[in-house]
Amino acid sequence: MLLIHCPYCQEERPELEFRHAGEAHIARPTDMAALSDADFERFFFIRSNPKGIVFERWRHIHGCARFFNAARDTVSDRFLATYRAGDPKPALDGEGA
Amino acid sequence: MGEETRRIAPLEGRGFDGEELRVLPAEPATRLVLRASAEACEDLSAALGLDLPRTPKTTSSKGARAALWLGPDEWLVIDQAGANLVAACAGVPAFHAAVDVSHRNTAMLVSGPRAADVLSAGCPQDLSLHAFPVGAASRTMFGKAEIVLWRTGEDAFRVECWRSFSDYVLLLMEAAARDV
Repeated sequence: MLLIHCPYCQEERPELEFRHAGEAHIARPTDMAALSDADFERFFFIRSNPKGIVFERWRHIHGCARFFNAARDTVSDRFLATYRAGDPKPALDGEGA
Repeated sequence: MGEETRRIAPLEGRGFDGEELRVLPAEPATRLVLRASAEACEDLSAALGLDLPRTPKTTSSKGARAALWLGPDEWLVIDQAGANLVAACAGVPAFHAAVDVSHRNTAMLVSGPRAADVLSAGCPQDLSLHAFPVGAASRTMFGKAEIVLWRTGEDAFRVECWRSFSDYVLLLMEAAARDV
């Protein structure tokens, strides 16, 4: 079973306790009403979806229930790092890809 | 008249009592889900009469009352003597949320030399003593149901689950006990 390190529980926990929650580091616009339709579409629907390292939100929903961020390689499905929500992206060397 | 109404516990009369494995419904208890910031922690600890644990996967208990760490700002407080936990927290002015879940949850006590093996049939966590020592507690999964697992002794666990899941949890445990 895939083990995921929860930065709040500070240990590796089985994948079954976690839920994926979309791409991380997407800043919500401060003035949503002023956005053009095209800008709103870009903010709301368009995701990077790269082959290689992605930064994602995950939630330890059946554990501490916290949202946190993770860097994962979409080629190897390996978690490269997990870090608390609000922390900056860690510097990473890619693998695979 | 002579008619009496009586509350029936979700697992009343259920469970099994074997030599190597006992699964018995726990006595009714009062339960509180407590959400509070670090600042409110001290006052709430004083009001409840025990130290709210600050380390992941730990518990603290005093007498019939125990607090289980569920998250960085979330605890499950269980009082097996049935004390009013909401009232105990009501006098704390610091911002917090205390929700009584006494009747949302029910619990079963799983004990015996096979207890950890049988729980491992449905729970994906490492339940060996070094990873999940006596006194450890965690919200986790048992099969498809969310449970709160608390190791109360080397061979003893308290499994807290929603009352609507309790039938499933017990049946899965029975099935595991046959196979493991």
